[in-house]
Amino acid sequence: MQYLKPQSIEEAADILSRNAGKARILAGGTDLLVQLKSGMIEPEMIVDIKHLDGMHDITEEDGGYRVGAAVPGIKLGQHAGVKALWPGVVEACELIGSTQIQGRCTMVGNLCNGGPAADSVPAMVAADATVRIAGPNGARDCAVFDVPTGPGKISLEPGEFVTSVFLPARPARASDAYLRFIPRTEMDIAVASAGVSLELGEDGTITAARVTLGAVGPKVMLVENAARAIIGTTLDDDAAEALAAACRDAASPIDDKRGTVEFRTQVAGVLAKRAARIAMTRAGEK
Amino acid sequence: MKNIHVSTTVNGDELEFVCAPGETLLDSLRDRLGLKGAKEGCGTGDCGACTVEMNGEIVCSCLVLGAEAEGADLRTVEGMATGDKLHALQRIFIDEAALQCGICTPGILVAAQTLLERNPDPSESEIRYWLAGNLCRCTGYDKIVRAVQSAAAEMRGA
Repeated sequence: MQYLKPQSIEEAADILSRNAGKARILAGGTDLLVQLKSGMIEPEMIVDIKHLDGMHDITEEDGGYRVGAAVPGIKLGQHAGVKALWPGVVEACELIGSTQIQGRCTMVGNLCNGGPAADSVPAMVAADATVRIAGPNGARDCAVFDVPTGPGKISLEPGEFVTSVFLPARPARASDAYLRFIPRTEMDIAVASAGVSLELGEDGTITAARVTLGAVGPKVMLVENAARAIIGTTLDDDAAEALAAACRDAASPIDDKRGTVEFRTQVAGVLAKRAARIAMTRAGEK
Repeated sequence: MKNIHVSTTVNGDELEFVCAPGETLLDSLRDRLGLKGAKEGCGTGDCGACTVEMNGEIVCSCLVLGAEAEGADLRTVEGMATGDKLHALQRIFIDEAALQCGICTPGILVAAQTLLERNPDPSESEIRYWLAGNLCRCTGYDKIVRAVQSAAAEMRGA
């Protein structure tokens, strides 16, 4: 195995495309090294991209923020601007692993690992975030929602890799929240999770919303019926229950040692309702 | 397989070592540099016994490649004492018996040191969350948490 440190994004894309299936990207490494050690993957080369321009940066762009592919969770949590604009995305990212893992893990890695229970992904999809993808044919942007395709599978072409996530601008009275259920308080994988992003009008009613679920299907879910259930309302009890019902309808979880189908379905609705209330409170306080 | 030459800083000393491409920083520290404080527990980033500080943040050195230490600023448990004088955390861990077998202790000391430098007066909850990635199967966690609190109090007074 070789350890490579390309000097540019183009060189990294070139290495990846010439060695499709044999080269793996290294940024935070908290998934890659575990997979390497367990023998789950046996790459011929590891391509470290951390030192490339922009990978460690969080930069303002068009009223939103671009977060480099190597920005670890703890740095995102220390960034007052991102926390103020997208608190749900930050709280989701901060749930990944321990303090030690936070020192390394990235949202991009969490996304590209393709795990159905990845914490930052439902929050990024609720935020309508996009990723910038470098590849042999140059850069392209893609909705975060379209990156995962199933457990451990993503839509990137050979030679492509994600260089940053873009969290867009939003109106003043808008916020988001993310909640997950785990049977303990820290260091676990979501049994079910929900992200909600919403915008309020002048009169305090919800004018736009995105509701997402994690860990209750082969990939993150965007539940449009749940968003429709609360748009035009003030999230009264009936609207909140309609949102929860839409989430229960959408959930199609598996049974495993961490949760049954019935439990995950029920909890997905409860979490979405609670996340919506938190997002509503945050938006109203702005 | 080509070995890699790495220049790095450990506990303020500029050091160099040669490592294999797939070698972890934990193995480099222990086997190349002779710094045996960081321990391998799980090897998968769950237990924190291999905790070191890298560029100001604590990491599991079992999930970092030795090659990634190029140009990095590392701190390990070996850098905590000043000559023969133990760091307050080390001394209080001994005095208050916050360890039994000691395998997890170096990682906990490094993690706790970083916490107290950042937050001199953490609440019990803050300590427990910060150390959630440091597993100990001997003492239970109460003595560890209390020792961190005692050290914090002493360091604030000093």
